[in-house]
Amino acid sequence: MAETAVLSTGSAAPRSRRRRNWVPYALLLPGLLWLVVFFVLPMVTLASQSLQEGNVDDGYVFTFNVGIYLDALKQYWPQYLRSLLYAGTATVLALLLAYPLAYFIAQKAGRHKNLLLVLVIAPFFTSFLIRTLAWRTILSDDWFVTQWAQALHITDLLQAVGLTANDSLLSSRFAVIMGLTYNFLPFMILPLYTSLERLDPRLIEAAGDLYASPWQTFRKVTWPLSLPGVVAGTLLTFIPAAGDFINARLLGTTQTTMIGSVIDSQFLRVLDYPLAAALSFILLITIVSLVSVYVRRAGTEELL
Amino acid sequence: MMDRQEKGDLSLVALTKSFATFTAVHPLDLTIPQGSFFALLGPSGCGKTTTLRMIAGLEEPSGGRIHIGDADITGTKAHQRNVNTVFQSYALFPHMTVLDNVMFGLRRRGDKQARAKADDILELVQLGQVAGKKPTQLSGGMQQRVALARALVNRPDVLLLDEPLGALDLKLRRQMQMELKRIQQEVGLTFIHVTHDQEEAMTMADSIAVMNTGRIEQLGDPATLYEQPRSTFVANFLGQSNLVRARVNPGGTDHIVTVRVHDTDLEMAREHLPEGVDDVWLGVRPEKLRLGEAGGPNHLRGIVRDVSFSGVATQYSVEMPWGQELIVVQQNDGTARAALGETVSVSWAAHHGFALDASQDAEAGAELVDDHG
Repeated sequence: MAETAVLSTGSAAPRSRRRRNWVPYALLLPGLLWLVVFFVLPMVTLASQSLQEGNVDDGYVFTFNVGIYLDALKQYWPQYLRSLLYAGTATVLALLLAYPLAYFIAQKAGRHKNLLLVLVIAPFFTSFLIRTLAWRTILSDDWFVTQWAQALHITDLLQAVGLTANDSLLSSRFAVIMGLTYNFLPFMILPLYTSLERLDPRLIEAAGDLYASPWQTFRKVTWPLSLPGVVAGTLLTFIPAAGDFINARLLGTTQTTMIGSVIDSQFLRVLDYPLAAALSFILLITIVSLVSVYVRRAGTEELL
Repeated sequence: MMDRQEKGDLSLVALTKSFATFTAVHPLDLTIPQGSFFALLGPSGCGKTTTLRMIAGLEEPSGGRIHIGDADITGTKAHQRNVNTVFQSYALFPHMTVLDNVMFGLRRRGDKQARAKADDILELVQLGQVAGKKPTQLSGGMQQRVALARALVNRPDVLLLDEPLGALDLKLRRQMQMELKRIQQEVGLTFIHVTHDQEEAMTMADSIAVMNTGRIEQLGDPATLYEQPRSTFVANFLGQSNLVRARVNPGGTDHIVTVRVHDTDLEMAREHLPEGVDDVWLGVRPEKLRLGEAGGPNHLRGIVRDVSFSGVATQYSVEMPWGQELIVVQQNDGTARAALGETVSVSWAAHHGFALDASQDAEAGAELVDDHG
């Protein structure tokens, strides 16, 4: 680039330099516009909506009604807590399932790597809703899954720890958490895979050569080097899972309602827009604060 | 555990490694004395790295045993062996500082003096001032020294070096060769150095095993290997050789025997002739040949076809009457010179010749020599 500027003579040089200066901004523009129209504006509208009073028929007036946030929290804190708990559990389960799988695909699968990755993504070819509905069938009382679980007394165990309310698997905390885990698993696998794929197997050999047992090698070398993937995967799983309402609605009961369902019904059925907006904002703030604490604690800035 | 002084020699007994389609290492017997600097030298794919990895415990042998002193370590895992490796790629842990890298092995063994030992070894390799940096912030040569320190600090029974200088440029490599040799003499550990660079092996090692297609071709100290190669592969892979087809004449004295090369009788030392062979390759190193008659009793006449000047020496190609070109390397000491197209005599002393069984390929190993080696 510099060479071109030196070689070109007369007025051509300054003109090309000027053009290069605004090129990066021009590249930013489409994305920036998109974000302004579809992210910033809705956010501002939502924030203003949450501070208005009125109803759909008579219209809304901006009254700076901060009290609604307290009311929302007071009324719906169990749903918030439940959402964070379910999403957190699903994230941990997804991590436990995804890590060995991603490790296998990245380090051991050899020429089957691409096939396995396609299989990981394959569920996305059907809709989220259909897949979750399929779980209703899978977990229904007259299917073999529930019947075997009953025969093996797994249902008793789940009931004892409070994950189910009776002999069924469907319509329970268990089913909701399973659904969340299943639906967001690929979002955990893919970033983990990317991190583990970059892991140089010679580092694992080196650790073994330096007296580290397989477990120590995992703890001191593999795990820390895969942290960027772990952080990315847990965020991509936890954030959408915390706001999800499909799993809780299709696989749960009124006892397992998550905050996403509440927001959904306040917006679309009760038509209490200010409350729905306030609920959305509380969820947003909660997640952003949790995530920033988490990312800072994980200390992965240097690794990313 | 760390102060175990009784280490002993490393011995490989019929050590073998076979993969599905080929045998990487044929049954190998080798004893490497404690405290020696040993080189495994050979072209890529000769089985030297596989041998090294079996000693390290990173590869499971298909057969045979590995002993250190009286202990049989064949069945143990890498992390249970008191053997450390300096990897070709260094394999430094990128998420740890230089100091943490060096302390890694000591910490796994719960060494209380880990910090002090690490500081000492970093001083030895002159890296004390970068202990707090991450490996990626260091130059290639420094990373190489960290890798060396990380292995050395554990005082292993055997230190394995897997082409550790391959990634460095020529000047740095020379410097590190001296450094490695100095450190080895200072710490007195057994070093096994795997390399495809014959010059590096000869500079550093006390003894060298030349490997080819999974077997040891010849084992010995660098000078013996160079002066008396026992196969065409060794003759060509270690330096250059002129190999001329010859027939051994009957008779001769106790010390001298004559061989016939295209109507010329040439003398060579009887001790350099393998037993019971009549058809031989007569070998002479290029720097042992002299232009003119002063080199010794053996003379051949030919025409200079190529002259290349390289400062210290000049290399000539001299075409023999039967078409073969001999390489002559002449020191630029102001004595003999020749011009292109000139007819010259080439001479050498009887004890500079060696003979190899003519059933071998005269070109074996020649094409494998690394140019920048």
